[in-house]
Amino acid sequence: MKNVKVYSTPTCPFCIKTKQFLDEKGVEYENIDVSSDQDAAQEMVSKSGQMGVPVLDIEGEIIVGFDKDKISSALGL
Amino acid sequence: MDKIYDLIIIGAGPAGITASVYAARKRMDFIVLTQDIGGQTIWSGDIENYTGYQFISGIDLAEKLEEHVKKYNIEVRENEPVSSIEKEGDIITVATPKGTYQSRTAIIASGKKARELNVPGEKEFRNRGLAYCATCDAPLFAGKDVAVIGGGNSALEAVLQLIKIANRIVVINNISKLGGDAIMKEKVERAENVTIINDAEVTAVLGDKFVEAVSYKKNGKEEKLPVQGVFVEIGLVPNTPFKSDIKKNDIGEIIVNNCNETNIKGIFAAGDVTNVPEKQIIIAAGEGAKSALKAFSFISKTKEKW
Repeated sequence: MKNVKVYSTPTCPFCIKTKQFLDEKGVEYENIDVSSDQDAAQEMVSKSGQMGVPVLDIEGEIIVGFDKDKISSALGL
Repeated sequence: MDKIYDLIIIGAGPAGITASVYAARKRMDFIVLTQDIGGQTIWSGDIENYTGYQFISGIDLAEKLEEHVKKYNIEVRENEPVSSIEKEGDIITVATPKGTYQSRTAIIASGKKARELNVPGEKEFRNRGLAYCATCDAPLFAGKDVAVIGGGNSALEAVLQLIKIANRIVVINNISKLGGDAIMKEKVERAENVTIINDAEVTAVLGDKFVEAVSYKKNGKEEKLPVQGVFVEIGLVPNTPFKSDIKKNDIGEIIVNNCNETNIKGIFAAGDVTNVPEKQIIIAAGEGAKSALKAFSFISKTKEKW
């Protein structure tokens, strides 16, 4: 299993959809709530060079937004 | 590209999904091309007027729509925004960045999307301090100074979300006073960290790697306001970025009659992308159903010809 981090906010619809998609595929991930953790928010911005959520870090591969195609190919789904 | 479908449905919001369910039940041979599943429903907060649900959140309703479409063996191609729609003879050709598809009928149900400012810096700073969704992105602006562009309900909602998060909020509104609901307006006007600038036109979004300021014109004078965030909340426009000869009204909505027919025979449209009066989830769904039934009868009537 690859190490997956999801930077998200609790209210963003596409964060919810991203996590639902990962759950459906049986992918384990660490959810990082950037609304309650300013350091994590900063980490997300420096990793992705932007401020939109969600951001996925799949063993160093950074995916911005709920992009099923990119997520699937990064995870080999 | 040799395959010719009965129908191509463009979009998978309430209109496109309802059309899909009806087309599947009529055993039509069709495909759905869309950016995402759920459309604007995903962004709707609480929904209390979709009959059958006394209360459902937008994201949950979008999930229900997706479940419903998945019950049938429908081919939904996500991440495929349409770039052109053409009709030659009896054949409609729909192109996306991933491929070209052909059919006898089409239903355009691509909905509406956020209106853009169309000023320098908007595209460059998108997601680099400039956002269109306060619900999603507001938490990233904790303790920062932000501008909210707009003066209607969606702008007021964005301000109310930001009041507890951001340091200072400046509303830049291009008319003489705020619009929107009185209750929200009062809350916004009473908030200590909110400043309202009326009669001001945003002229540019400025910065280096991230947003550092917005400039606006008021009384003929150009002003610069230092902010780290800009929320654009100036309403919606029909989502029709594709090339076509389909007729639209002066606000860009596809013109349909009460049978969902456009000016091109065999091409139908449904929901928020059209000039249908009132934009509601339940109306979009109903229009989607009607358009699929009309596409089906179009196919049935003309089938002898082939």
